[in-house]
Amino acid sequence: MKKVTYRYHISKVLVFSLAILLLSSFSLVAQGDAGKGKALFNQNCAACHALGRKMTGPALANVETRLSENEGLDREWLYKWIKNSPGMIKSGDSYANKIYAEYNQAAMTAFPTLSNEDIDNILAYTAAAPAPVVAEVAAVSGVADDSKSSGVSNEIVLGALALIFALLVFMLVSVKKTLRRVLVANSVDIESEYPAGLPVWKAFAKNQFLVLVTVILLLLGSAYFAYGWMMQVGVDQGYEPIQPIHYSHRIHAGDNKIECKYCHSSARKSKHSGIPSLNVCMNCHKSIYEVAPSTLAEGKQYGIDYNEEIDKLYAAVGWDEEEQKYTGESEPVKWIRIHNLPDFAYFNHSQHVEVGQIECQTCHGPVEEMEIMYQYSPLTMGWCVNCHRETKVKTEGNAYYTKIHEELSKKYGVESLTAAQMGGLECGKCHY
Amino acid sequence: MNSFKKLGVICGLLGVLASCHDKSKPNYQYMPNMYEPVSYETYQEVAFLPDGIEAQLPPDHTVPRGWLPYANENSIEGKELARLMSSPLDSLKREANLTKGAELYGIYCAICHGSKGKGQGTLVKREKILGVPSYDDVARNITVGTTFHTIQYGLNSMGSYASQMNTEEMWQVSEYVMQLKQDLTK
Repeated sequence: MKKVTYRYHISKVLVFSLAILLLSSFSLVAQGDAGKGKALFNQNCAACHALGRKMTGPALANVETRLSENEGLDREWLYKWIKNSPGMIKSGDSYANKIYAEYNQAAMTAFPTLSNEDIDNILAYTAAAPAPVVAEVAAVSGVADDSKSSGVSNEIVLGALALIFALLVFMLVSVKKTLRRVLVANSVDIESEYPAGLPVWKAFAKNQFLVLVTVILLLLGSAYFAYGWMMQVGVDQGYEPIQPIHYSHRIHAGDNKIECKYCHSSARKSKHSGIPSLNVCMNCHKSIYEVAPSTLAEGKQYGIDYNEEIDKLYAAVGWDEEEQKYTGESEPVKWIRIHNLPDFAYFNHSQHVEVGQIECQTCHGPVEEMEIMYQYSPLTMGWCVNCHRETKVKTEGNAYYTKIHEELSKKYGVESLTAAQMGGLECGKCHY
Repeated sequence: MNSFKKLGVICGLLGVLASCHDKSKPNYQYMPNMYEPVSYETYQEVAFLPDGIEAQLPPDHTVPRGWLPYANENSIEGKELARLMSSPLDSLKREANLTKGAELYGIYCAICHGSKGKGQGTLVKREKILGVPSYDDVARNITVGTTFHTIQYGLNSMGSYASQMNTEEMWQVSEYVMQLKQDLTK
């Protein structure tokens, strides 16, 4: 009896070592297709599992080897677990219950639809070394080289131009010298045109008409500049403060096409288009803990390490990345407000965004291209009024407007009304 | 020659003035006491509140306007209870609810779950977020109640959307998700 169990044990060890050998040497051929496995993994597992780090569930790199070495569990166990994990927990399997408790009783979805072959493929993917990173890095460095070479060619062109100009100047100077020499040789008096001893500015001062014209021109010019300067006081167009966490609208709204209202959700129903609270950031950044290598390379152009900025977010919101838990120690982020109307003007976002259906970009400019957010529009009264005069009100499908539109369009004799004709220029609408 | 020097000095002064313009600082104002509010502004720093922020969470045992307290707990049992719930929205206004739900779905959900609910949103296609399931996944077997429950609390990697939508809007989205599931299983 003893002997039998012993033999059985040995054979089990043999099978496992064989499995490990197969996995480490030619896993792709014998144990499943890692390529297919990657697709399946991304589709079914990646919501909760990563290869090299804890997420909602444990890290899965070399999971089969780890389980067989540490826990003595074989592939059959994995098949059962993946296909029906709640069932295994209920049946009282010791490791199943241990892992369930370790990960805050987050139940793993049962995957009865996955076949054994599918699971083999996924396991082959988890056992395969992550190769594509190197290729991506190489691609990125290639991109960087390209940009460098284009910079060099620009410099060459500029240098050549400078050289040509220098040559021209030199030629002109030498031509002037030769001409002078010729004049001297022919004994012509060059200075005779001007009376000796009278500087140019004195001659100018003597000519009263010229002085008058100059003074008028100077006054007009300075009035123009003084007016321009005074008109920009209190206007913050182009204001571009440095925020405590570098947030790139270019990446979020531009590259990833996230809706403006995803983060600025209160623009739909409130006066303010709120600054998103950090839990909104964490909706995605719980999973996105670092940027792609290509994005990181883009950040170098702006002198920004995006991964450091994500770490700043984690520090502020109190997220422990190792443990995948909130620590409860949070720190408010002191964002700097860019768009700010004076206190005597009233502006309501929901009115414009929900009712008026105006695109955010109409006032905020090409936000999806801005690496650093800045104030695009002047936000002056003239700018507001201008838009109210030009913008046609969308009355179709809005029962509220039907009667008003009928009456007012008769009054003004127009087909469609502008915001101004609907009362958008009345003082009390914006100043109270 | 003297006048040239003066001109130079003026130009220099103008240059200094122009270089003072720093785009990371706000411009100066004519009459700041007309521009700056007397009352507290939404995101202002204030001294009298404990953490110094004007924007506060609602006090305990209160709910913001447009909100209803949600009784189910954020647990597996709570989710199973939610499975039995039906939508409290007026079924006569189903069309309008679905239109609103579709709009909100486009803003908040489609970026990961895809506009058809197959789990192929932009972020998934760009491999930023992975493993977003399709709504017709048999093992998950979502209902309008579990969808609402998940939007309310979040699940695994998905966060809670209760700070971005009110109760009615979350139900509208849940109904639209059911519509998408129906279209997918057709």
